[in-house]
This record gives sequence, structure tokens and C-alpha cells, in this order.
Amino acid sequence: MDIELMISSFPKLLNATLITLKLLSVSLIVGLFIGLGFAILRMNSHKLINKFAYGYSYIFRGTPLLVQIFIIYFGLGQIEYLRTTVLWVVLKEPYWCAIIAFSLNTGAYTSEILRSAFQTIKPGYLEAGRSLGIPSKIIFTKIQIPIAIKQSLPAYGNEIILMLKGTSLASTVTLMDLTGVAKYIISTTFKPVEVFIVAGGIYLFMTFIIHNVIKYLEKKYGFQT
Amino acid sequence: MELLYFGDKGWGDELFFATLMTIAVSITAMIIGFIFAALFTPLKLSNNKFLNSIGNAYTTVIRGVPELLVIYLFFFGGSGAIMFVASIFGYNDYIEINAFLTGSFSIGIISGAYSTEVFRGALQSIDRGQFEAAKVLGFNKYIYFFKIILPQMLRLAIPNLSNVWQITLKDTSLISVTGLVEIMRQSYIAAGSTRDPLFFYSFAAVLYLILTFLSMQLLNKLETKYSKGY
Repeated sequence: MDIELMISSFPKLLNATLITLKLLSVSLIVGLFIGLGFAILRMNSHKLINKFAYGYSYIFRGTPLLVQIFIIYFGLGQIEYLRTTVLWVVLKEPYWCAIIAFSLNTGAYTSEILRSAFQTIKPGYLEAGRSLGIPSKIIFTKIQIPIAIKQSLPAYGNEIILMLKGTSLASTVTLMDLTGVAKYIISTTFKPVEVFIVAGGIYLFMTFIIHNVIKYLEKKYGFQT
Repeated sequence: MELLYFGDKGWGDELFFATLMTIAVSITAMIIGFIFAALFTPLKLSNNKFLNSIGNAYTTVIRGVPELLVIYLFFFGGSGAIMFVASIFGYNDYIEINAFLTGSFSIGIISGAYSTEVFRGALQSIDRGQFEAAKVLGFNKYIYFFKIILPQMLRLAIPNLSNVWQITLKDTSLISVTGLVEIMRQSYIAAGSTRDPLFFYSFAAVLYLILTFLSMQLLNKLETKYSKGY
């Protein structure tokens, strides 16, 4: 055990954790909106719209995240037309490519979580709302969405942790996130165990925090239906 | 399309064998995962606090740390560990483990943590009366476990195991970083030499979709078969 290496690599890894957290938070926020949008499309009665939303989540959940990042980072740059548009400013940066891939990926999972949460809302709540003469828009924003958010908390907590682990793939497109820096230190010092303990410890600490925050929220907002 | 021709001109045959490699690694990893699950599920259910914490540590650490980091640990640390063990027995030459074993082993450990949770959940949801009845009737240990508990557990575990299979299948894409030529690695090579990454990575995505689709069909059949009788 090389304790010295563990101590000296800790600040470097902690610094890289910032990038991991940035990637995680931005893609979760964007992904939440994508997920909500597609969950609403999934509940649309129009067959084509419904199929489209289902296809989106099927493709993104059925392929590895690594393929998705590579298509966006290496693949899209190949289209000549894209290079002439404003989009190219975003697509030439590995940081934004990673965020696009992560957001689309977590969006697909989130849409499934939200859809099943919407579908488990008891019809009684909606009927009660309707019989009180509340407009359907308000029923949706004030009744359906809050209930769906509460019901999807446990599953969404899992998704946040999966996404935290997913951000490690950013290291494959040259980003120096926590895993990227860990890999760099391992390949220069050939001390995989020590680095794994420190980097893994940081990841575990983050999952621990996320887990407990979700648990707290569940307790605070959770209710039985 | 000519990029996919078989033979020297295209990448069809290479990608075909890479797909077989992905399937082989996934199945091997799944089996290694089952071995780990068989070892750790009893620990997780044990009343002994020490054994219990070992079981919990395994599932918590593996499920809380990125797959890529675990792969790097075994990729860079694997041969060192084996050489260390070998040196105890007096063997001091350099040992290199092949990428297939490292890959299946690291993915297997990850998949094992998920399988452990699945088996634990399944065992816990078997009616307690079943355990008691089997004991009261005086069955020996073999019949108790293999004929009474295991069949009931598998029935409950299969739907969740098919999720574990999907996760494992997708995780194998990550071992491309170790140089094992599976779908991702082969697409990377093909994309590099033809300068057509968009086509090859999209094709890789299609291959994964086909694999997940086909395995889902198969597992659904298995599920209906084993849920019979209720």
C-alpha cells in the first residue's frame, strides 16, 4: 500500500470531481425536461406520437451509453453540413457532446419512470378534480405532476446514481473527470489499487449522499396512495 | 453498404465475429456473476453481523462505483495480483492474463452484485411457511434447497435477472477500453481506418438493439414458462 500516493492524488481527484458533478447536474436537469416531455408524448392517444416516444426510449435504453457518446462526438462531426451551422460550436466540444449524450440517455430512462408514475395515479384524484370544476391544465400541473414526482422519487434516485456512474464515460472522449484523472494516475504510477480506493471512495461518498437525500425527500413528501 | 461486405473489402465478417465476442463475454460474465451471487447471497442473508457486512460491502461498493473504474482496476491490477499470488508459489516470470478473462471477470463481478440483490429479494419473498414446512417434513438438505427453495426462488428471480442480463450486455461495451475486440472495439477500428465513424457507431447501436431485442424475446418466453403453475 502506497499511502503517500493516496494522499497526494486525493486533491487532484477531488478537483476532477467538480467536473463529474457539473456533468451530472447539467445532464440531470436537461434530462428531466426531456423525460417529462417524452412521458407526456407517451400518454398521447395519437398512435404515431406514442410510437415515436416509445421508439426514443427503446433506442436509448437498448444501446450502451458508450455508443451514444461516440455517435455524437465522433459521428456527428462527420456530417459536413453540421460543421457550417451554429451547432458546430457545441458539437466540437467534448464537454457538450458528453452532456448531450447523458441528457438524452437519462431523458429516456426518466420518461419511463415518469410515465409509470403518471399511470399509477388513482383515477379518483382526477375525477375529484374534474367534478370540482378544475380546468384540465390545472389538474395536470397541480395534481398529476406533484403526485407523479412523489411517486417516482425512489426510482429517480436510482437513476441519479446510475447517471453518476454514467458520467465516468466522459473520460472516453478526453474529458478529465474523476474516472479520467484516476485512469491517468493509474497509468502513470501503475498503482491501480490505491487509486481505486481513493476514487472509488469519492464515488461511494457521492452515492451515499444522493441516497440519503432521496430517502429524506421520500420521507418528507412521500405518501401512500 | 459495401462497408459491410464480408471478406477483404468490407467489415461485415469482422463485425459478425465481434458480435459473437460480445455475446460470449456477456454469457461468461453472467455465469461468473452467478458464482459471485451464490457466494454473497447467503452472506447478505446471514444473521452473523460480520458475514452480513461483507455481503453488504460487496454490493454497495460495486453498485456505487462506475463500471469503468472497476474495469481499470482489473485491467491494470489483474496481472499484478496474479503474479503476486504466483510468486508465493515460487513462480516469478511475467504473467499476462488475456483480455477476454479480464473483461469477463470485471463485468462478472459487477453483474454479480446485481444478481446478488435479485436473489436476495427473491429468497426473501418466498413464503416463510415453505421453509418451515420443508423443515418439519424432515427433508434432507439437498431436497430442501434444490427441490423446494431453489425452484421457487428462480421463478421469482427470472424477471429481474433479465434486467441484469440487459445491464451486463450493455456493460460489455466498456471492456473495449482494454482492447478486447468486441462490437465497440471493432467499430472503433473500422471507424478509424475508413474515416466513417457515424456509420460504424450507428451500426454498432443497431447490433446492440438487435441483441437486446432478441434476448428480451427469449427471456420473456422463459418467464412465461417458469411462471406456470400459479
